[in-house]
Amino acid sequence: MTTRIDTRFAELRKQGRSAFVTFLMAGDPDPATSLAIIKALPRAGADIIEIGMPFTDPMADGPAVQAAGRRALDAGMTLTGTLRMIGEFRKDDDSTPVVLMGYYNPVYIYGVEKFLDDARAAGVDGLIVVDLPPEEDSELCIPAMKAGLNFIRLATPTTDDKRLPAVLANTSGFVYYVSITGITGSAAADSTAVGAAVGRIKRHTSLPVCVGFGIRTPDAARGIAERSDGAVVGSALVDALSASLDAEGKATSGTVQAVASLAAALAEGVRSARQAAE
Amino acid sequence: MSSLPNSFRSGPDERGHFGMFGGRFVAETLMPLILDLERAYADAKSDAAFQRDMARYRKDYIGRPSPLYFAERLTDHLREISAASGGAGGAKIYLKREELNHTGSHKVNNVLGQILVARRMGKKRIIAETGAGQHGVATATLCARFGLDCVVYMGAVDVARQEPNVIRMEMLGAKVVPVQSGTRTLKDAMNEALRDWVTNVHDTFYCIGTVAGPHPYPMMVRDFQSIIGEETRRQMQEAEGRLPDSLIACIGGGSNAMGLFHPFLDESSVEIFGVEAAGHGLDKQHAASLTGGRPGVLHGNRTYLLMNGDGQIEDAHSISAGLDYPGIGPEHSWLHETGRVTYLSATDEEALGAFQLLSRLEGIIPALESAHAIARVIELAPGRTKDHLMVVNLSGRGDKDVPQVGDILKGRKK
Ligand SMILES: Cc1ncc(COP(=O)(O)O)c(C=O)c1O
Repeated sequence: MTTRIDTRFAELRKQGRSAFVTFLMAGDPDPATSLAIIKALPRAGADIIEIGMPFTDPMADGPAVQAAGRRALDAGMTLTGTLRMIGEFRKDDDSTPVVLMGYYNPVYIYGVEKFLDDARAAGVDGLIVVDLPPEEDSELCIPAMKAGLNFIRLATPTTDDKRLPAVLANTSGFVYYVSITGITGSAAADSTAVGAAVGRIKRHTSLPVCVGFGIRTPDAARGIAERSDGAVVGSALVDALSASLDAEGKATSGTVQAVASLAAALAEGVRSARQAAE
Repeated sequence: MSSLPNSFRSGPDERGHFGMFGGRFVAETLMPLILDLERAYADAKSDAAFQRDMARYRKDYIGRPSPLYFAERLTDHLREISAASGGAGGAKIYLKREELNHTGSHKVNNVLGQILVARRMGKKRIIAETGAGQHGVATATLCARFGLDCVVYMGAVDVARQEPNVIRMEMLGAKVVPVQSGTRTLKDAMNEALRDWVTNVHDTFYCIGTVAGPHPYPMMVRDFQSIIGEETRRQMQEAEGRLPDSLIACIGGGSNAMGLFHPFLDESSVEIFGVEAAGHGLDKQHAASLTGGRPGVLHGNRTYLLMNGDGQIEDAHSISAGLDYPGIGPEHSWLHETGRVTYLSATDEEALGAFQLLSRLEGIIPALESAHAIARVIELAPGRTKDHLMVVNLSGRGDKDVPQVGDILKGRKK
């Protein structure tokens, strides 16, 4: 089965470049603005869009993403609302892959089977669920594979060669390498270390390897893109969004543009990279 | 549940499940460490030197065994209540005196075990989360004793209401980090500790304060706390020549309760009660996860949680910082669904009443947490026969609560 993610990476391989992957929280700072932002992202150069499912207790996220989730929940965002938003996005864009990222509890409460049906119907292509390691694959990963959705796993510096095969076993779409041990929005890893890690993962899989956590600037994005199949940027975009809000934390006329401009600059950085040596 | 197990003491299975509860729902970064810990704990458990160390520190440092005390005046008082309503009941009430442990609560039993495991693993930095501060104080104490760095995460609300314990932790050399995110109570302290752990996983040991979190924590903490029930069994044999008829303990995450209950789970003659915090009332804000929640996944395990229809975690409330948590350990969720343990609740008001009653009648000021269990004893005992032996776990002393309760009572006098 070929998903939009597989198709997108095949195209990028032909173009000889890495992917620019964006992350923003669904419903941040409110559902309407959030939809306008994700609609603007492909035009700004995003190759793959990751959308956070807001959760009250994001254990592995730093302050920026935590605050984004809080804003979204306060503005009434729900998992149902998140899927509806993706459905709206799909009306104008049938090619950009959309990956949902978050924690398991809202999905579990929604009901795994119903969630997979509704996510597929809305046009979701892949899932990243931070608190579902391979040890808990029977919960969502296996059912998602059966439903035709990619289940994208995080690999980290603590995932050694002994453990990598278990982590990669049921992974599809791409592998998300978390370049540091730490929360989202923390310091960047140096690109040499990232290059070595990507090489290590590629010895175990033919899947594309994207790298995230700590990438904030076009230069950094280029450095990572040169050494991997994709650079993921989250907290920097969330920070740009947050900086555009008014004193009450509400969207302003500059909010969509603030995120789109940074995305465009980062996309430029990724596109200027020489493709990683295969 | 369709079929009952042969033994209630055999859990968890090799994947850390108690029935459908438990498991290992954590970020990939932590998984290798959690698997290391599982191995290190299995290894320690079967090592005679580890057992010898445990026994020695339990006796000479913690001050175990803790007494099993016949609470004569409380017993008499409840017999009078029974008689006044025309009954002839009133159980014989024993207090398991965990408040006499070094650092003032049962928490130290668990911390001792985990710190000895951390030392075997070569860890030099210990982190912990705390609500009432008792787990933080116990952790700071053993870190001081073994020369380990200690960072304790505590919700900013709890920092304010449990100030005596914050001062103690700092005196012991620990760094207390007030957590400003979310509800600024125990669950947010746990989130923040997990964030620290993900960041510093190479040299840091996370000392969890209750029977919750990813496997092997619920099992390991239960094992370390089971000393409470084991001693109770022996002491009751000595005092009365038989098993107790009922056991009762308060539940935050459920570690003091699991410790008392576990050695008795397969004794079908023993009735067992856990008491959750009903806060302002079960129809208002509370912390009674089993009574008012449903199964979900948080903090590394599947268990009963307070949440809304969208799977978002709801704010818990209890007057007692140690019970103010929207979840409960997974083994309790299983014992609840199998029906082996009966879970009740007590409100803030009932706990305050019990706090004052025990202080006046027995000269023992209980922790507000433990007062929740006493509140249900007051209700249950008059309905039992006079030869009924009831053990209540006095999980901690009330020193930490004296300023908070003092302010509340002063406010009422005016
Ligand atoms: C004295 C005391 N009792 C009980 C508790 C609740 O924890 P658990 O249910 O794990 O025993 C606490 C927690 O801080 C406590 O300090």
